[in-house]
Amino acid sequence: MIRFFRLSFAIAAKDIQSEWRTKEALNSACSFSIVVLLMFSFAFDPGAESTKEFAGGLLWLVFMFAGSLIVNRSFSRELPNDCLDVLIASPVPPAALFLGKAFACFVLLMIIELISIPVFGIFYNITWWRQPAWLAVALGLTTWAMSVIGSLFSALTVNLRLRELMLPMLLYPMLIPALMGAIRLTSLALANEPIAGEDLVWLKVLVAFDIIFTSLSLALVDFVLVR
Amino acid sequence: MRDKLLTATAALAGIMLVWNLKIILTVLPDEVAQGAIYRIMFFHIPGFFTAGVCYIVAMLASIYYLWKKDLRADALAMAATEVALPFAAVNLITGMIWGRIIWGIWWAWDPRLTWALISWLVYFGYLMLRKAIDDPSERANISAVANIFFFSSVAITWKAIVWWRTQHPGPVLSIRGADGKLDAGVERMIYQNWIPLLLLAIVFISIRIRQERALRELDAMRRWAHAG
Amino acid sequence: MAAVSVENVWKYFGDYPALRDVNFTIDAGTCLALLGRNGAGKTTLLRILAGLSGTSKGAVKLPDRRRTAYLGHNIGIYDELSALENLKLFGRLYEVPNVKQAAAKWLERVNLAHVADSPAREFSRGMRQRLALGRVFIHEPEMLLLDEPFTSLDDQAIALLQGLMREARMRGATIILSTHQLREALELATNVVLLRRGQIAYCGPRTKAMADDPAALYRDHGGEP
Repeated sequence: MIRFFRLSFAIAAKDIQSEWRTKEALNSACSFSIVVLLMFSFAFDPGAESTKEFAGGLLWLVFMFAGSLIVNRSFSRELPNDCLDVLIASPVPPAALFLGKAFACFVLLMIIELISIPVFGIFYNITWWRQPAWLAVALGLTTWAMSVIGSLFSALTVNLRLRELMLPMLLYPMLIPALMGAIRLTSLALANEPIAGEDLVWLKVLVAFDIIFTSLSLALVDFVLVR
Repeated sequence: MRDKLLTATAALAGIMLVWNLKIILTVLPDEVAQGAIYRIMFFHIPGFFTAGVCYIVAMLASIYYLWKKDLRADALAMAATEVALPFAAVNLITGMIWGRIIWGIWWAWDPRLTWALISWLVYFGYLMLRKAIDDPSERANISAVANIFFFSSVAITWKAIVWWRTQHPGPVLSIRGADGKLDAGVERMIYQNWIPLLLLAIVFISIRIRQERALRELDAMRRWAHAG
Repeated sequence: MAAVSVENVWKYFGDYPALRDVNFTIDAGTCLALLGRNGAGKTTLLRILAGLSGTSKGAVKLPDRRRTAYLGHNIGIYDELSALENLKLFGRLYEVPNVKQAAAKWLERVNLAHVADSPAREFSRGMRQRLALGRVFIHEPEMLLLDEPFTSLDDQAIALLQGLMREARMRGATIILSTHQLREALELATNVVLLRRGQIAYCGPRTKAMADDPAALYRDHGGEP
């Protein structure tokens, strides 16, 4: 068990380190998210009170678009020099390899999100830090959902033609339940409204989504990687 | 022999459809609140049931494939999904026509509509994914994993949307709650019309599986010719 | 004692059997050459042995993964990481006891110590290949799986690899290499498996006659090159 996590950690550290060297995905995702935030300001009045109501939805669409650039790199970064073959042939269990990749995705997505939120706050005049705990919960749970499913589908599509197109098309509909919960919780957290009663269902949806898909991915990743 | 059986099944389904149509159009009376348009339900609901059965069959076949690596199960998963989509489309389109007449709008963001659309898109993605992979075994492997994910996500989406939308009930929802209990004859007819649709689905699936087998044999022969 | 056993292995791609009932065992310390034409199943078999691909029927038995090394058609190193970081990463993945020391030692061995901290993308082709060899040997494997090693490497790297292979043989390591360069393979090998259309056409020790007249193998057992 300890060995499993040590190996996953080595993979995650490697992914983060090599991304940090090149910043290919980070730079593109970050600038992309800022461009999308800017574009949205033309779609509707950024100063209007009504904008605050769908602030959560807007934010998550941005994360989703920018995030697909990150998760797409998760396994495709192993393609040059056929590094994926070497990793699978190594003593690292496929599940540990997958978990490491998902963890690296999580960290990189978090970086993008933490940069985008203050920019979003400035552009749309939103005081976003009033319920930091709930915001952190929504961010953490949903980002993990994106990382797990994103990494798994990145592994599924890594050898495909039109990989960059295929991944978002498969990924976005998959993430709808998590996205709905994230949008609801984030909107409430941003509007500084209490999260209680019926809205707690969304917390359960997010937790259940994370548990179901993390275990499903860990169970099925062998079939994906060992062909 | 199999050809004859398939032809006979298809013919039986055709006869039943015509027979049912006669009853639907001439024997059953108009519904009090909705008028003639309620008859679209005899295709709308069985269409959904048929598609749903196909989705479940595809999911079970995918699990069986991963377990036994039997390419016939992969062909079944593919064929069932491919046949599910037109039936789901029948369900969506008849629903939209009905909505236009009863609600006055083509599309309402009602939980079931939204869910049906999302699952349609997800399974269309599954078929696109299959098209992008050349090697039959790799395609079977990857699409089986994807199918299991899609099925669970579609199941969760269904639950989630029900919770989501009931918190913000749209004006259309109250109209839906307004119609009364189903008449026993009408309900029987819905099931009675499901049988021919299911038979048709079985015929289509069998034909697609056979085509897939021929394609596999062709692929194997091509590789054999190139092998060292 | 058999180091590797391949038992009734079948591998299908769709309905096409890429391997048909392949059966053999080799002892520890053997150097096995997998021969055959392109598409005969050499790479498929080697990928199964390396754990990159499963069997459709049958099973393979191999030493612990931690003691195995794999070198595919491509070098399998990370361009963004420095030479030292590459070796340290693979040392960690193969659970080498003293990673830092092993990485430094192998940088020395593959003659890259002077550029330890430069990213691999700045290296010449030959340097990258030597780094790949460092990655393959860092955990002192008992079992080497090499897929067409002599086609992709340049002369200096081939000389280095041959030296390292000889050294590994002295420690008692087992080597399986696939190749269609008959003469070089037959000089190194102690055993030969010739594949033809996914089946074993010949399996046995390398004889002196083979080394003298490599083409005879194909003449006698089919699967002409």
